Amino acid sequence: MRARVLIRPKEGILDPQGQAVERALPALGFEGVANVHVGRLVELDVDSVDAVPEMCERLLANPLIEDYEVLAVE
Amino acid sequence: MKFGVVRFPGSCDEVDAVLACEQQGEAEILWHGDRDLRGVDAVVIPGGFSYGDYLRVGAIAQFSPVMEAVAEFARGGGPVLGICNGFQVLCEAGLLPGALLPNVELRFLCRQVDVEVVSVGTPFTRACEQGQLLSIPVKHTTGRYYVPDDTLAEMEESGQVVFRYAEDHNPNGSANGIAGVSNEAGNVVGLMPHPEHAVDPLTGSADGACLFASAAHAYTAGAT
Repeated sequence: MRARVLIRPKEGILDPQGQAVERALPALGFEGVANVHVGRLVELDVDSVDAVPEMCERLLANPLIEDYEVLAVE
Repeated sequence: MKFGVVRFPGSCDEVDAVLACEQQGEAEILWHGDRDLRGVDAVVIPGGFSYGDYLRVGAIAQFSPVMEAVAEFARGGGPVLGICNGFQVLCEAGLLPGALLPNVELRFLCRQVDVEVVSVGTPFTRACEQGQLLSIPVKHTTGRYYVPDDTLAEMEESGQVVFRYAEDHNPNGSANGIAGVSNEAGNVVGLMPHPEHAVDPLTGSADGACLFASAAHAYTAGAT
């Protein structure tokens, strides 16, 4: 089974990377952009998607600073 | 006393760390794949890019065989010092509270900063003076110290803030200007600045030597 893990900076933690992208977009003429955050995408083949949250807790994400979301792709 | 300096694939400051330790005692390199700490009296986790810093800084190194042994050594009260990437590894391993985030300016920083010794209650600061300013370099991209606000308040209260950047010297946006912290017991210390690069006046400052001298001091005091 293909699993997809979306990892984002936790809300409330300063995200300078998101801010830099947010400032760059209007410079290219894209208006009306706000609240940009940059995270990571991890895709993996697993026997069972049930084990993925623990993988996130222990390695794929740092739960102190990041939120994660596990999606089963197929 | 004997220091052990861990070498991961991607470490790059271990040689300077060994030289800094050798001013105070013996020192040897501990290989990341080795569970045996060879009877060392203190462990230094040096700077660099352990395991390429893949995924997140320090994330992969926490699972290396040597870190299992270091965690056990730390739980038994053994003194452990993490410098820069070593600090990141100790945070990822849960041996220190908090995490290191990208610098506010997102840039790699390499400069000399003044760092205040806030707590002398650790084996790596006991020979320093409280409030002493150390001129030592920082060189990192991911050095913004973060802990949730409630934990931060507890750490300030309990003396776990060991080093703080001097006013106007906070290079990375760290919470409360924190440059280094300890665990609750005080035996595990991590900091982003590099004391091992400031142990000889030829390099501009020898202020960093007091961390290693402190460890030797603590060892001697414990042995008598």
